Amino acid sequence: MNYSWLSDPFYQEYLWTGFVNTLWLVAVSATAGLALAVLTALARLRGPRPIAWLASAYVTVIRGTPLLVQLFFFYYGVGRLMEGVPGLRESWFWPIVREPFFFGALTFTLSVGAYSGEIFRGAMQSVPAGELEAGRAFGLSPWQILYRLWLPRAFQIGLPSLTGEMILLLKSVPLVSTIAVMDLLQAANIVRDETFLVYEPLLLITGIYLAIVILLTLVMRTVERSFPGVRATQGRWLPMRRL
Amino acid sequence: MTAMQPESLLDWAGPIANGALVTLQIAVLAYAIGLLLGLIGASAKLSPIPPLRALATGYSTLIRAVPELLLIILLYYAGGDAIEWLLSLFGLDSRIEISGFATAVGVLAFVQGAYMTEVFRGAIVAIPRGQIEAADAFGFSRWTRFHRIVLPGMWPNALPGLSNLWLILIKDTALISVIGFNELFFTIQQAAASSRAHFVFYAAAGAIYLLMTMTSTAIFERLERRVRRGEA
Repeated sequence: MNYSWLSDPFYQEYLWTGFVNTLWLVAVSATAGLALAVLTALARLRGPRPIAWLASAYVTVIRGTPLLVQLFFFYYGVGRLMEGVPGLRESWFWPIVREPFFFGALTFTLSVGAYSGEIFRGAMQSVPAGELEAGRAFGLSPWQILYRLWLPRAFQIGLPSLTGEMILLLKSVPLVSTIAVMDLLQAANIVRDETFLVYEPLLLITGIYLAIVILLTLVMRTVERSFPGVRATQGRWLPMRRL
Repeated sequence: MTAMQPESLLDWAGPIANGALVTLQIAVLAYAIGLLLGLIGASAKLSPIPPLRALATGYSTLIRAVPELLLIILLYYAGGDAIEWLLSLFGLDSRIEISGFATAVGVLAFVQGAYMTEVFRGAIVAIPRGQIEAADAFGFSRWTRFHRIVLPGMWPNALPGLSNLWLILIKDTALISVIGFNELFFTIQQAAASSRAHFVFYAAAGAIYLLMTMTSTAIFERLERRVRRGEA
């Protein structure tokens, strides 16, 4: 095993950028994705028929197709079409929107929205009806019932599954290396191409991923513990795959 | 001037259909081997022999913690080197090329096996204790107990997990395109690049995968109703 390339500041910078981008991608997609998930769940449970139907079609399509295909569809398919939209190139957000990072974040957000949307829907359905009725009896408005009773309780019920979703999100980040985002895998690919070392860079980032997964699990478990009324998933620090 | 005509979906229908067939073949084979690996893994994990347990736990834990794409690339190189090394041990010619198909199947099966291990372990543990004790009371041998009581009792518990893994496997086959093997998504990428109709071809890819996963879901639902037919 030859790790002498690690002392090269160029490779150090690639790896650091890759590490930071990986975490950024997870943070952005998790935040936007969870918001989208709540909306999706609400649309499916309470939306008018066309909106509920649309939400369920969105969930079916995202969950039924490979993430890599979605990534290529948005980056190459939608991205190329966007270049042809008049005026878009001159707009202030073009520099953000043409970046592969944007398409990575967009795809992952839609993915989290669909997968976690299903978790949320299940969790919202498992909130006992009596609790919501109690809210109504206390004279809370529908909006207050939603954000003070229904959503917090659903979050509590769905939290262990959501932890699993976050780890799955982290594990899908290397896919963005295929659209030239500088993530950890892309950094390793550059090292591999330039030094002709196959295993060293790949094993290094495997180790980094393991460390992040363990760290993320510990963080999520702390969140679970500090959330009132949630029993932390015991012993199982890896989620089963998507349901 | 036919060469200047833009290529359409129809021109690529043949190669795409072929790619879809290859994808299904990879998936079915990898699934079958994965099932076997999973059964072995689960038996090892539940066995009374500590080193076996440790080995199986290490396998399933490590594989499940590392991103699939990373594993596929790593195993793609490692698998080739390992086979070459094995062949050279026996003094055989190490210049043998392993086909891309075999690599794809092997890599995906190895990853599936880790998840199957967990599914089977959970399903076996969920069998009511009394059934195992009844088998012991009747003097069943360990093997008879396994294939007459544990295996049939486990299927209903394992099926939801197995159906889930099959869907994931179909979707994971797209990752094989990254190592340059000509399956469905690789064909689509070539078609998209050559025709420049990226939107159309990637949407078509999505539709084909969706068709595969939705058909599979329907089949697994029927299967589950079947294995649960004795239950209330």
